[in-house]
Order: sequence, then C-alpha cells, then structure tokens
Amino acid sequence: MSDQPHEISRSSQAARVAAVLGALIIIILVAAPWWAGRADMRLMGELFLYLALASLWNLMAGYAGLVSVGQQAYVGFGGYMLFALTIFGGLHPVFAIAGAGVLGALIAIPVATLIFRLRGAYFAIGTWVIAEVFRLSFAQLSALGGGSGSSLPVGIVRSLASSRSGRESLSYWMALGAAVTAITVVYLMLRSRRGLALTAIRDNELAAGSLGIDIWRTKFVVYVVASGLTAMLGALIFLQKLRISPDAAFSVNDWTAFVIFIVVIGGIGTIEGPIIGTLIFFALRETLADLGTTYLIVLGVVAIVVMLKAPKGVWGFIVERYDIQLLPLRYRVNVKEHAKR
Amino acid sequence: MDWVNAVVQGTLLGGLYALFAAGLSLIFGVMRLVNIAHGDLIVLGAYLGLTVVMATGLHPLLALVFVVPTMAAIGYVLQRGILNKTLGDDILPPLLVTFGLSVILQNLFLEGYTADPQKMNAGALETASVSVGGLSLGVLPLLTFGIAIFVIASLQFIFYRTPLGRSFRAVSDNQEIAQLMGLNKRHIFGLAMALALAVTAIAGILLGIRTSFDPTAGGARLIYGFEAVIIGGLGNLWGTLVGGVILGVAQTVGAKIDPGWQLLAGHIAFLVVLAIRPNGLFPRVSG
Amino acid sequence: MPEPILSLRKLEARYGDFQALYGVEMALNEGEVLAIIGANGAGKTTLLRSVSGLMSNAAAQVVYHGQPIGALRADEVAALGIALVPEGRQLFPSLSVEENLLIGGRLNRKGPWSLDAVFELFPVLKERRAFASTALSGGQQQRVAIGRALMSNPDLILFDEISLGLAPVIIKSIYEALPGIVGDGMSAIIVEQDVSKALSVSDRVYCLMEGRVSLEGRSRDISREAISRAYFGVE
Repeated sequence: MSDQPHEISRSSQAARVAAVLGALIIIILVAAPWWAGRADMRLMGELFLYLALASLWNLMAGYAGLVSVGQQAYVGFGGYMLFALTIFGGLHPVFAIAGAGVLGALIAIPVATLIFRLRGAYFAIGTWVIAEVFRLSFAQLSALGGGSGSSLPVGIVRSLASSRSGRESLSYWMALGAAVTAITVVYLMLRSRRGLALTAIRDNELAAGSLGIDIWRTKFVVYVVASGLTAMLGALIFLQKLRISPDAAFSVNDWTAFVIFIVVIGGIGTIEGPIIGTLIFFALRETLADLGTTYLIVLGVVAIVVMLKAPKGVWGFIVERYDIQLLPLRYRVNVKEHAKR
Repeated sequence: MDWVNAVVQGTLLGGLYALFAAGLSLIFGVMRLVNIAHGDLIVLGAYLGLTVVMATGLHPLLALVFVVPTMAAIGYVLQRGILNKTLGDDILPPLLVTFGLSVILQNLFLEGYTADPQKMNAGALETASVSVGGLSLGVLPLLTFGIAIFVIASLQFIFYRTPLGRSFRAVSDNQEIAQLMGLNKRHIFGLAMALALAVTAIAGILLGIRTSFDPTAGGARLIYGFEAVIIGGLGNLWGTLVGGVILGVAQTVGAKIDPGWQLLAGHIAFLVVLAIRPNGLFPRVSG
Repeated sequence: MPEPILSLRKLEARYGDFQALYGVEMALNEGEVLAIIGANGAGKTTLLRSVSGLMSNAAAQVVYHGQPIGALRADEVAALGIALVPEGRQLFPSLSVEENLLIGGRLNRKGPWSLDAVFELFPVLKERRAFASTALSGGQQQRVAIGRALMSNPDLILFDEISLGLAPVIIKSIYEALPGIVGDGMSAIIVEQDVSKALSVSDRVYCLMEGRVSLEGRSRDISREAISRAYFGVE
C-alpha cells in the first residue's frame, strides 16, 4: 500500500464542481434585483441572514465546543448599536454596521473572560444570563426607547438610498454579502492553523492540550470573532426591520432557537450543514407557518429526532452515504488507480 | 426598616428559587445532565396544578397530591424514553434535545392554555400575614421557605442515608462499576429524574400561587435556578438554598433602589460571584 | 463430565478497529479456580470484561449455566451471580467503606456472605467501616473491593490483577485469604501477572498471548518452560 503512488489533497472532483456551481449561484443571486420580485427578495434576504447566523453558531458549537443559547445577546446588541451610532453618532448606516461588529467583538472580550469559567452545559445557560443582562440593560436606556423600543428615523433610512427599491436591493445585497462573508470566515478559520487546533480540540480536548494547543485561547478567539460578526448581523437585521425593542432584539426564539434547529437539522460540525439546514428550515416555515404553534412543535420534534437518530444531521447522512465534501477541509489520500496496473 | 424588610422578603423569595434549583442540582449530581427544559417543567407543574384546581375545585396546595406523582411519572418516562439516549461523553445531544423539549413544551402550553397569564387562587393564604418585630411577613412566603428547607433536608436524607441515595452516588461516581453491582443505570437515572420532577412540581405550584405565569415563563425560572446552583456551589444542596437566598435578596434590594433593577440586580449578583468565586460560595469538596 | 459453569465459545472482542480476542475457547467447572496469565495487552482484562457484561459480545460466545449471556448488560450478568473485582479496585469514592460493601450486597442473593462475614474475614474493615473509601490504604481498599464482590454471594467471582500496585506483604495476606473465599464451592477466575501466585491458588491455568489461548493445563503439572514459551512466544 505504502509504495503505491498517491497524492494527498483537500481537493476532490465534487469540490471543484461545487466551487464552479457555487460561483454561478452567487452570480445569479447577486442579480436577483433584476429577476426576483419584492417579496422573494425579502424572503431571500432573511434566509441569508439566518444562514450567516447559523454558520457562526455552528463554528462555535460544532467546532469549538462552545454551545451558546445566548447569541441573541449579540444580535440585539448589534441592532441597538446600529440605532445608537446612526442616531447619536451621526454615522452612515453602513459604517454603523461595521462599528456594531467592532463593538460587539469588544464587549465579547470581558463576557468571554467571565463565562468561560463555566463548563460545558453550564456555559450554555451562562450565555443566556448574559443575554438577559443585555436585554434588561437596554430596557433601562430611555434614550433608545426603554422597554418599548424605538424606530429608525426616516432621514437615516433615506441616507441609505433615495428610492425604496434602491434600499431594498441594497439590504438584499448586504444580507447576501453577510452570508458569503460568514461562510468564508468560518471556512478560512477552519483551514488556518487555528482551525486545525479546533479540530484537534473537538476530537480530543485532553490530547490537544498535551500537544501544546492553548485551548482557552483558541476558544476565546472563536467566541470573540463569532460574536462580533453576530453583532454585525444584528445591525443588518434591524436595519431591515427599522424598529427595535428589547424583547424583539434579544428574543431567544428568533435568534437562537431557530438557529440551533437549522444547524442541528442540517448537520452540526460541517460547513455545508447550516446551508442545508437553512433551506429546510425556510421550506418548512413557508409550508407550515400557517399552523402557528404546531409548526414550532413539529420543528422541535424534528430536531430531537435528528439529534437522537442522525446526530450529524442531513448533511452528515449524505456525506456518510456518498463520501463527498463540497467545501474541502479534510485531507484525503488519493491512490492513483492507473499506477496499480 | 424598609431595607430590613427588603432583605427579609428577599430571603423568603430565595426559598422559592432554591426549589427551582434543587431539581436541577439533583439531576446534574447524578447524571451530569443539564436540563434546559427545567424551567418549562416547573411551568408544566404550575399548569397541571391549575388544571387540577379548575377540575376539582381543590385548594392549590392540595393539588400537590395529584401533581407530584404525575410529574414524577412524567420524569421517569421522559428519562427512560428520551434523555437516557442522549447521555454520553458528548455534551451536545442532551443540551440540544432538552432545548428542543423546551420549545415543544412552551408551544404545547400555548395550544392548551393560550398566551394569557394564569394564576392559581389560594384564597386567604395569599393575603395572610404575621407580624414579627415590626415586619409584616406573608404566610405564603414563610410557608414556601419552610417547604424549601423541608424539601432540601429530605433530598439530603435520601441522598446520604438511604439505599436509593447510595445507588445515586454510586452511579454518579462510576457508571460502569455501578452496573457491576447490579444497578441498571437507566432505571436509576429514571428514578433521579422522577424525584427531581416531584420537587419541580412543588416549585411549580408555589410559583403559580405566588405570581401569574404564562407559557414563556420557564426560561427565567431555569436561569434563577441555575444561578442559585452556581452561587451556592455545584453539588451542594444547602449551598443551593444559600444561593437562592442571595439571589432573592439581590432582587428585592435591587427593586428597592429602582423597580427596573430587580432582575438585573439578581443577575449582577450572580456575575459577581462568578467573577470572584467561580466555583461558588460552598463548593462540595469531592472525596 | 458435568456441564461447565462457564464456557467461552470462540469469544471475539474488539475495540473499534483493534481486535483484542480471537476465538478464545475456555471452560470453567463448578468449584474450580482458573488462573489466566499473560503479558500486558494479551487480552486478560478484555476477557473478564466480556464475561462480566462490561463489553457486549454475541450472545452465544459466553455461556453460563447453559444460558447464553454474551449480549447481556453488566447489571443483568451481576444478577445471575457473576461478580468482578475490577483492576485498580475502583471503589466508589463518595461512599463509605460500609456503603461500598452494602451496595455490593444490594442484589440480596442468598449465601454465606454478609456484612458480618466480610468483617470477620477482614477485621480491619469493621474498624474503618465509617471511613471514606478514599481514606484507606491500597491493601485495605483491595479488601473492600473483594468484600464488595462477595456481598452479592456470587457463584462465580472474577479477580482482575488484585496484586497490582500493592506491597508484597499485603499481596501475601490477600492470597492467604483467597482459599477461604473460594473454598465454599464458589468458582473463580483469577487474572494475574504474578505467575507463581496465580499457580499457587488455581486448579487450572490458561495463558493468553495476543488475544489467543497459547497454553492450557493443570496448574501443578505445568512446567516453567512451557509457561515462558506461552507467555512470551519464544522457543
């Protein structure tokens, strides 16, 4: 076996096809304002934002072992920062979104130092406490409307683009850009040295520690980056909603429960999982949303069944069945068939 | 005197929080499971109590006779049917499954009882009070605190003085060797969850008498219970009572400063303890 | 020839990709003491784990009293009267000495062993009954582990490396106590690296090498040369 010619690479036929297809799909999506209706664009915009949220949550939970049920802290924080930076700071909304990301990452630093003291599942509830602290604190800020919230002034909305369709196209592109950025950041992070460390930690924390990988630091970086990006997404989300209130901004259902279901159903710990999960989630939502609470019960049941019966989700099932990966992370050994003779 | 009053009321409130926490603490102690749906199960206890009260006209406290065994049975079935399948080295499955359970429960409550806040009527008990040293103490908060002490003492007794408690500790120490003693860990875990949900039933009924509750009330209860556990120190039941009291006092004193600060003050107390004593105030020295 | 109390029939065991046992055949008669010797990694502990149900196998590979038990869980196997004294003693740290013994006896099987009988065998445990099991010396802990297994009044008792990590004088006293334990018609399998100790208390011996039986015979007939051949695989 060992003397056979072979090559080790991340690339595969499926991955190359996927790269070409992916580029095509992105081009088609970028052109959506010229082919899609207003309602479709709105739906796709929302889908991209959920895809981005899910990819970031997956980076934390699926790769770094940081299971958070409190990422709504950063969604809400980012949303409020958009309002504060535009209304009081006079920033253009696009810069305010970037600013929200930076501030989100900055506030994640002390938060991480504190809640990283909690292990495993207790860490999860700790993140929820943080989100509650954020919600209650913003409810105290009367300048931003206190408990009842506030709306984005018309002038600021206009500064984005003068026409309504212009604004809609812009927010659509920003959502698309956010999804592409989030997936790219996750992908690049996982391919970097730090990503290798993450995979090692996920596979065996003890062994990784003995190999000299600084587990705490690696997780810390992941948490801060994911939280900063989540805050940017929050700013984008509330730029589309134009209205913010503590309950909407820090909703555990909207920004965490749905995201968790997406990742679990799609396949946790894979880059492709959140993409599949988002598509399934929106398909379910568009067909079952009329059922109201029943829809959420179904979603919960599906997530539990997937977790128990196919813990790697839909994508994990496909990979096991067909051994493909579209965004190559693993190395594979290709023995050259023709050399065997 | 107002401040003394706030501290005393907070202490009594802490009894309720300790009841929220006791089940969480027990489950974690026996099987290292953190149940995200714990708060929703407390609310389930309250809704079951409400249903019994409406159907029979019984006093809410007497409804415990039905609700406690029902919740214990639900706990056993839940553990053996679902939760046992999630236990292992990976923390993700139990977390995500109980999280899914939480969403399911909340929406079932919505279907069954609407989003309107509900409350159980305990009649004269709700307004009765006794005067102690110039302070007026509600009988219900006093009773709640007394029940909390009784429940924790009982759990402590079961855990350290009975064959069942011995089995709990053995399984907690080493599941494999415990199986060699003929202990079926699935059954033992089922019993632990049954016991935890029996306590949860008591907590839920007392919650439903004290305040109004709605389908989404569980999240906050999970957090209070969790904070009490961490403040008190993992694995220490009496520490959990102290944790509950600290949380309750922080809330009532916070509310005294500014009504908007009630909940925030509780969370801040928790974060302060986490910052200076990450293992809680009374961590159990593991032997 | 009476029916053996325990027989292993082509027992296979694997940890993931690593195969630990290859078709092991073994029979243990009632009242017999069997020694299993072999180098580290030969598969001795795996064999005991398979018998005690800690490892799951095909049902028919382990037959006890004529009943296939290979697929049973450890607690079901224990209820049938098989007890294991695990390697490294493995007492329950949050239980006292007495509680460790009591939990061993929770199956309530009938027989000569009780708390008093164990205390009579190992008087030091009676003095320290209320101690935390972690507060005991290694030799005392080993006595608790043996007592804990006896408390279930097993028909078959399995000892895994009971001399490991103990001082020679303590090993000696534990081995002196063994005949009194297994003398009442109880069957036993003793896994031991100390070959002479193993031979001294056993009726028959099996030697394992790399997951296969490399030697089998009566303990008193077997020659040192045969053992070292079977043990190390050298001629």
